[in-house]
Amino acid sequence: MTEETHWSDEVFREIKKREIDTVCTIPDGGLTRLLNLVKADRDMRLITLTTEEEGMGIVTGQWLGGKRSMIAMQSSGVGNCINALGLPAVMRAPCLMLVTMRGQWGEFNPWQVQMGQATRPVLEAVGVKCFPADDPKDVAPAFVGAADLAFQGGFSCAVLVSQQVIGAKGFGQK
Amino acid sequence: MATSNKINRRPFVATLLAQRGNALVIPGLGSPTWDCSAAGDSPEYLYSWGGMGLAVPTALGVALARPDRRVLALTGDGEMLMGIGSLGVVSAQGAKNLSILVLDNESFGETGRQTGLTSERADLCAVARGFGISRTMHVTEQGKADELASFLFKEEGPCFAVAKIALSEDPWSLPVKDGTAIARRFRIALGVEKA
Ligand SMILES: Cc1ncc(C[n+]2csc(CCOP(=O)(O)OP(=O)(O)O)c2C)c(N)n1
Repeated sequence: MTEETHWSDEVFREIKKREIDTVCTIPDGGLTRLLNLVKADRDMRLITLTTEEEGMGIVTGQWLGGKRSMIAMQSSGVGNCINALGLPAVMRAPCLMLVTMRGQWGEFNPWQVQMGQATRPVLEAVGVKCFPADDPKDVAPAFVGAADLAFQGGFSCAVLVSQQVIGAKGFGQK
Repeated sequence: MATSNKINRRPFVATLLAQRGNALVIPGLGSPTWDCSAAGDSPEYLYSWGGMGLAVPTALGVALARPDRRVLALTGDGEMLMGIGSLGVVSAQGAKNLSILVLDNESFGETGRQTGLTSERADLCAVARGFGISRTMHVTEQGKADELASFLFKEEGPCFAVAKIALSEDPWSLPVKDGTAIARRFRIALGVEKA
């Protein structure tokens, strides 16, 4: 893949097109490029959280005030969000999540596996619509589908970016 | 003599809210929501029946979206502690129009008055200052309501205050609980949605 077509760049373009001007995050390695684009954009606000569930409060609050925002996190962070996802759901506030997967494909770290394998079933159990992307070219279309359903329909939607897209982290081991 | 933990929450909150001007109020789940409802209904109160820990993040979201309006997160000690890290986010974002008031009865009042973590050594104002929120106020007397109102609604934010209130049993005052209705009237009041 060339630099120009990196999925992060494509997703960033779709973010800008939709006037999403805030991205809340607890970072993940796979999100670095996208988060740097957000940080470098003068018209956008990057909100670093202390725990991912704060993101549900912030995006709901921003929507109440008439602005669009989203949350970017690692799959382990989904586990921190479950009860908090009730807030956007009960208000029908759009809650758009971009989740980079761990513990799913070629994982080196067993501590990631429980939550990684449970990410989608747990999200679906609380009514979040999931948009998985297993190939780099599928990420932007998945994001478009998730974002438009979230903002047009008032749903909670999660784009699940596969570990196959991100690349499994090897911790310098063979 | 007015001493610590003798503030009566219902008249105290009513006195504060009477001075809010056009400030938006984001009460935490349970008791602070009942307090707002008892003080007189308003579409500018975003009542909460759940999402423990989210009062401050929600208020921050509203404050960032609407820099033209003062926003008050009005919460309990238990709710505040569940989302205590959000004070770090508030500080980092430097929301000038955001104030936070913790109604501290040192207990989980709503669930049966079990003792909470502010009953002995914890000092929430010190925690807020530790996160970098320099404007804090600690109130222990009913008579300080006017001074507190002026702090919460007029000082440049972020502002953080704790009011040590009595552990009381107040009559139920339950507002609308349909989340879409609460959100919709709030957005209409802000001009974000059409009536
Ligand atoms: C995640 C979660 N845990 C526990 C509860 C149960 N619960 C509801 S209100 C409440 C107590 C809140 O205490 P505080 O914020 O101090 O308010 P008070 O009623 O004492 O004024 C608890 C524990 C809940 N709703 N959500």
